[in-house]
Amino acid sequence: MAMATDVPKDGFRLSMLIYDTRYRSYTIQLVVLVLFALAVAWLLSNTVQNLAARGKEFNFGFLWQRAGYDIGQQLIPYTNDSTHFRALLVGLINTLVVAFFGCIFATILGVLIGVLRLSKNWLVSRLMTIYVEMFRNVPLLLWILLSYVILSETTPQPRDFRVTDEMAAAGKEPAAAMMLFDTVAVTNRGTNIPSPLFERGLGTLDLGFLSLNLTFWAIVAVIAGSVWVNRRILASARATQEATGVRPVTWWKSILVLFAPLIALLIALGFHLEIPELKGFNFAGGILVAHSFTALLIALTLYTAAFIAEIVRAGIMAVSRGQSEAAFALGLRPGRTMNLIILPQALRVIIPPLISQYLNLTKNTSLGIAVSYLDLRGTLGGITLNQTGRELECMLLMMLIYLTISLTISTLMNIYNKSVQLKAR
Amino acid sequence: MKKSVFFGALAATTLVSGMALAATLDDVKARGELLCGSNTGLTGFGSPDASGNWSGFDVDLCRAVAAAVLGDANKVKFVPTTGETRFTALQSGEVDLLVRNSTWTFSRDTELALDFVAVNYYDGQGFMVKKDLGVSSAKELDGATVCIQTGTTTELNLADFFKQNNISYQPVTVADDSEAQRQYLAGACDAYTTDASGLAASRATMPDAENHVILPEIISKEPLGPVVRHGDNQWGDIVRWTYFALLVAEEKGVTAANVEEVLASTADEEVKRLLGASGDMGAKIGLDNDAFKRSIAAVGNYGEIFARNIGEGTSINLARGLNALWTQGGLQYAPPFR
Repeated sequence: MAMATDVPKDGFRLSMLIYDTRYRSYTIQLVVLVLFALAVAWLLSNTVQNLAARGKEFNFGFLWQRAGYDIGQQLIPYTNDSTHFRALLVGLINTLVVAFFGCIFATILGVLIGVLRLSKNWLVSRLMTIYVEMFRNVPLLLWILLSYVILSETTPQPRDFRVTDEMAAAGKEPAAAMMLFDTVAVTNRGTNIPSPLFERGLGTLDLGFLSLNLTFWAIVAVIAGSVWVNRRILASARATQEATGVRPVTWWKSILVLFAPLIALLIALGFHLEIPELKGFNFAGGILVAHSFTALLIALTLYTAAFIAEIVRAGIMAVSRGQSEAAFALGLRPGRTMNLIILPQALRVIIPPLISQYLNLTKNTSLGIAVSYLDLRGTLGGITLNQTGRELECMLLMMLIYLTISLTISTLMNIYNKSVQLKAR
Repeated sequence: MKKSVFFGALAATTLVSGMALAATLDDVKARGELLCGSNTGLTGFGSPDASGNWSGFDVDLCRAVAAAVLGDANKVKFVPTTGETRFTALQSGEVDLLVRNSTWTFSRDTELALDFVAVNYYDGQGFMVKKDLGVSSAKELDGATVCIQTGTTTELNLADFFKQNNISYQPVTVADDSEAQRQYLAGACDAYTTDASGLAASRATMPDAENHVILPEIISKEPLGPVVRHGDNQWGDIVRWTYFALLVAEEKGVTAANVEEVLASTADEEVKRLLGASGDMGAKIGLDNDAFKRSIAAVGNYGEIFARNIGEGTSINLARGLNALWTQGGLQYAPPFR
């Protein structure tokens, strides 16, 4: 550029801040920075003044007060005597559980539909197109409400399961019956499934702020150990195969390593199932999976799967046609071509947009309030906020938590993305 | 130069936002309309009809205040609020006055920086169940699924009641009355709990009202009343004394129909002061002397409001009970107009 050679030799003048391209960008950035800082300062001072005007102070002390309300679905021990912080944790875990299963199911369904949409079978591909367009273009809230209403209005009431003496005498069957060898009962409130019980449980380890269920963690540890050993077996088998060309038989070793320790542990702990049983108004015993959870999970899965399907389709179409033609030329069948050639390459295109779908799904769990699912939004941002009147604190805390969850998911997915990227050597 | 303008604007904005909290009366007069936080729809207490006209027990109190302040009972805009949003709406200035079956409690009065100025309905929390459930007492509800509105005192009472009686329940937390009714009618919960008056109002709108019973237990005290922001005492006084004016009117036999007649003929000094014929009661709270007369003329006295909206003979069919005047064995008692 001509400008660079024409630099005047004399010193710095103030007007150069605007007219000299070397300094102008700094000037603009500085001005923007100052304006931004002023805007933030204004927001803060406005908040502080308004809080002061209302006689409210900003503190998080309320988190340690007694909550006083009950929560339907609780995966960690909680009573109405627990603190608001505990209620927050219960809500957070409820959020994470739905998000976790939602992401898994949506991925499985989404990949399947995305692949099928490219099928050569006209009917299958059109059906998948209809699915994608239908779920993508109707608001998620409506799907959540629809699945909830269907679940709660088409299933029998708990009392329909009751067998009275008169009915027994007359040999009549109750209006509804349990499923799967009388272990599962679907009512209009939820699905009652058997719960695992341990006669000789390991108890809990109390660490002050949280208590660990040792039985649960022992099982997790054993499963993790088994999986690790199994991977070692497979790795050594692969090494042998590459060295000698003969793959040793490993399937019985795998089965033994994966299942024997777990079964031994379960027997040692005195594992048995508690079957739900109609008592009074509801089924007692077992685990109640409320319809609010099921409906939210179904709707989130179906909705997000439609988006994932499109991402998968785009990813597959981004792999050049020559790849599949080359695979066919080598004599690979279409299924193996897809699994071995196309999908691994498509993954590189698929992963980044997939991350944002996972984030969307996680944040969308907050719609659960529409079907009375008490997630983080329902406990911290709903009841706690209302009963304590600490809107600002609750909202900020909730935003911080959602932000943390999202950033964590995105970090994990980015690590995975790195691992499937083309390795440049 | 530009910066000074910016700071000037900044200062002005913060000043205005600070001042918006005080002088509600001036705001209402300048606006020419009273913003009244009401229920999203509870028959008898506050609900809009098909053409959008609001009516109900709580609604009439808003109209009485509008009549006193603005001279027209129809200059009210009703802002529907849920149990969750109501106090925030009031605090943020979205409404001037909240009359929405809200229970007066210590923490709401203090921590939330609100002022409950009166109790227009003495209520208590009850349970409604289907008749064919065969339950006759709330203590028999062990293991039941209970529908409960979120953001209410009833949520906490419910937890306390079941704990005290050492029985268990499964809560289903819903956002508002209509959703609670839907779930209850669909059988998703065995019992629905809220203020007994609210249960009666809900039952009145059900197609098979005779198949539902309200259990005899009243498990809490729920004094419901109009709420204003803390710190604007003049506005609080206006709402409080408008309400008391309606009570005194019932006590003295002043009705919407006979208010002019009474004014012309009465020898009772308190009635004269109430209706503005003597003294300067209205002026003392920033209104004119006819303010309370207009309120009574517009909506009638407390007894009339009660009878018209929720009293015996209406579909809600509530007895006066605790809400009778003190002279008739109830709790409704107004300090003297003096």
